[in-house]
Amino acid sequence: MISLTESTFPVLIWRGAADGAFRRYEVPRLASQTVLDVVTHVQRHLDASLAYRYACRVGMCGSCAMTVNGKARWTCRTHVDTVAGDRTLEIGPLHHLPIVRDLVVDMAPFFDKWAAAKGEFKPTATRYDDFAKVAPASPARRAIDATIECIGCAVCYASCDVVGWKPDYLGPAALNRAFTLVNDVRDGAGVARLRAIAGDGGCQSCHTHQSCTERCPKHLLPTASIAGLKRLVALAAVKGTL
Amino acid sequence: MIDVVPPGIENASLRSVRYAAWRFVLQRASAAVLAICVVVHLATIIYAVRHQLTAAAIVARMHASAFWPAFYTIFVVAVAIHAPLGLRAIADEWLGLRGRRADVVVASIALVLLGGGLYAVRSLTA
Repeated sequence: MISLTESTFPVLIWRGAADGAFRRYEVPRLASQTVLDVVTHVQRHLDASLAYRYACRVGMCGSCAMTVNGKARWTCRTHVDTVAGDRTLEIGPLHHLPIVRDLVVDMAPFFDKWAAAKGEFKPTATRYDDFAKVAPASPARRAIDATIECIGCAVCYASCDVVGWKPDYLGPAALNRAFTLVNDVRDGAGVARLRAIAGDGGCQSCHTHQSCTERCPKHLLPTASIAGLKRLVALAAVKGTL
Repeated sequence: MIDVVPPGIENASLRSVRYAAWRFVLQRASAAVLAICVVVHLATIIYAVRHQLTAAAIVARMHASAFWPAFYTIFVVAVAIHAPLGLRAIADEWLGLRGRRADVVVASIALVLLGGGLYAVRSLTA
């Protein structure tokens, strides 16, 4: 544990692009200090050239995810106390995404895969139709409850071994999004979406390691969503509707 | 929504998608068969060891029954489906081997397993 009696503690922060290195900073120790507080202190007081990304600071926007002591985490809601232990705090960019500079990664491949998994809602009704009536207690709507709160932080994507091994694997977030829409009774892209997530880089590639589920800061269960997609793909293949 | 997608995903042909889905179905279905076969096989081994049966005695009992050749034929077919598909998935991740080249490798392994396995089963009936 980094002691509160110490006035400062050492932090290693990744500097540069993929060929960069960790640089050491001394940061003041404060009560209830988050990892994002640490990065912000370095940028504002020690080295203004440090690049990092954040917006809401309250766990809603999904922009501040970084690799903290080897694990992907949302830094705004991660206290230094809970992650540092008696080790130095080490903060790097997310895995599996190209590093732009320092702690900033290029999120384009991550969101491209949402598009590839047909992550956009395809309405079946028009503006002239009445509101859809969806029973909150229906099984399909309850399945959506378990998946809808994704903030797109890419912690699951950065934690997934399969993404690292197989670069065209769609990843937990895109597949979780696809499963959300598959369960949406108002959506009309069902078969097309199943086809989009059933190819070589699709849901069948998941090894069920569950790193995504363990690390998801919103406590979603992407592994369960992917298992749901696997069942739907297998059923559709057998029925001949894929 | 961004309209740029990684190459090879959006443009995957319907045929290749259905093929990938069927590989998944066949591997899971063969795994379900193997789960039962392996338990029966292990129980058989334990029975043979506990009753101190010799190889000759085991073969004699297998010959006397229509069940065992049929059982091991199913076992061999399930292995010949399951193992090559699993190896195909590993070759994809570790070696980047997929598509037609992977199919050739997988089909070769399947034929070897099927041929060797059925040859061994035949010796139970002949």
